[in-house]
Amino acid sequence: MDFLKDPLQIAANWLFGILAGWGVADLWAQVLIGFLGIFLLIALLMVVDILLVWVERKVVSRFQSRIGPNRVGPFGLIQPFADIIKLLIKEDTTPEGADRALYNLAPVLSMMSVLILWAVVPLAPTILGVDLNIGVLYIIGAGAIGTLSIIMAGWSSNNKYSLLGAFREVAVMLSFEIPMLTMMLIPTIFAGSMGIAAITQAQDVWFFFLAPLAVIIFLIAAIAELGRAPFDMGEAESELISGYNIEYSGMKFGMFYAGELLHAFTFGSFWAILFFGGYRFFGLEKVSAFLAIAVLLFKAFIGYWIIMWVKYTLLRIRIDHMLIFNWKFLTPVAFTLLMVTAFMNALLAASPTWLYVGGMFLSNVLVAWISLELARFAAHKEREKTENTLTADARR
Amino acid sequence: MTVDQIIFLIAAASTLFAAFSVVTTGNLIRAAFWLIGALFGVAVIFAILHASFLAVVQVVVYVGAIAILFIFAVMLTRKDMRDQGAQLNRNWKFGAFLSALVFAGLFFLLRGWGGVSKTAAAFPSDFDAVAELGGALVSPDAYVLPFEVASVLLVAALVGAVYVAYNHK
Repeated sequence: MDFLKDPLQIAANWLFGILAGWGVADLWAQVLIGFLGIFLLIALLMVVDILLVWVERKVVSRFQSRIGPNRVGPFGLIQPFADIIKLLIKEDTTPEGADRALYNLAPVLSMMSVLILWAVVPLAPTILGVDLNIGVLYIIGAGAIGTLSIIMAGWSSNNKYSLLGAFREVAVMLSFEIPMLTMMLIPTIFAGSMGIAAITQAQDVWFFFLAPLAVIIFLIAAIAELGRAPFDMGEAESELISGYNIEYSGMKFGMFYAGELLHAFTFGSFWAILFFGGYRFFGLEKVSAFLAIAVLLFKAFIGYWIIMWVKYTLLRIRIDHMLIFNWKFLTPVAFTLLMVTAFMNALLAASPTWLYVGGMFLSNVLVAWISLELARFAAHKEREKTENTLTADARR
Repeated sequence: MTVDQIIFLIAAASTLFAAFSVVTTGNLIRAAFWLIGALFGVAVIFAILHASFLAVVQVVVYVGAIAILFIFAVMLTRKDMRDQGAQLNRNWKFGAFLSALVFAGLFFLLRGWGGVSKTAAAFPSDFDAVAELGGALVSPDAYVLPFEVASVLLVAALVGAVYVAYNHK
């Protein structure tokens, strides 16, 4: 076996040999190696997470014509470590009347709901945690734990602002989960499997070319699921002062913050995996597993950058507009697109690749055009109605 | 004891403890969170049984949607989250008797059944439980009728909810 192709397996075999030499039973050796693998992945993610703080602050400052952190270390690279030390030595406060157990559990669950997502992410053809055949559903299931952590934090803080923020955030997350899951079913239709690894393997043609509308809807739903601007009604620092995490200080707040950043990065990588071929890039992934990881990270950072771009460009949307946008526009469009895709998939199953891709692309464009026209028509009608009542009121 | 058995015992014990706490805790929100714990335990048991689809659906539907809606409903309808009254009412003796009866019945029924002590046969390597489930749900020989009836029921419930909440002008 080539070390470049499958480094983890070789390392595991080597370790297994050493442990067997020490007289450790096979079962315990496997358990130990499994735990080591998990530890390695989580450690890697946390290091990436520390750097994400720097990336996020640098990018936001560029979007806002500022320089950003540039005092500590070259390009301000050591700034996140200074931040962490500050968070660690802050006083750890618990508000009076808080539900202590739930209050302390919420940040842990929040971080956990992000970390467990990486169990199904295929970093390279040979490097992945588990090849679940229900990977797509698993992502939604992990999101459910994130929702839980938010309502837990909001309620247990014994603060009206945090409770209101949690209510809004959870309402948004619950409703945008539906178009997101629906859009995840579209790669499932193309690949014929819900497994993330199988979806990556099936992308000889990036699914982006087969379903551009699905890519956009998934991005919108993912941003809402992350609770980032323009869907950051749950935090809304100008009216709710910070929403569900207002009462947290020190590293407990740090967990929420780091979890949010890693969540955004994770959804960037899921975007890349589901629609942009994951670690695949013109056969580069076959050369070395390390190159495959680099390709995936590169694509994930592009996805993350787009999420940041949206966050720091758009204004916050009012909560009722947000929910109406979801239930009256995004969800029906998502369902229609799913039905059209399934129908076209059955219709074009036997046709050559160019016809399949072309047909899928055109059907997506058609669905997008028709839904935008319908939305425009409805908006015009609504505006006329409003203007009529306004003029009638003025006459009176 | 195998690893599976140890995991099962831990999951079952924590499920039962969480379920017991649901009915004994005085705080309604706490009870809802304990309920979530019990539902997680059930998901773990599904996972042990190799029903990964059911395990994840259990988390998505029950933890992600139903339990959260419970919490919403409690918070929106109650002013005080603490239960002031006694935990037990006059019928507790009858309830305890009934549950003991059901437990005894199940116990004797399962004791007579030989399947309890058997080891489950291993799945064939190419067995795709999700595909089997999907096929069964739309196959006329299997569960297409119950599946469709459940869908119609859910649609009726949706329409009813919209009708109740609709602002008649």
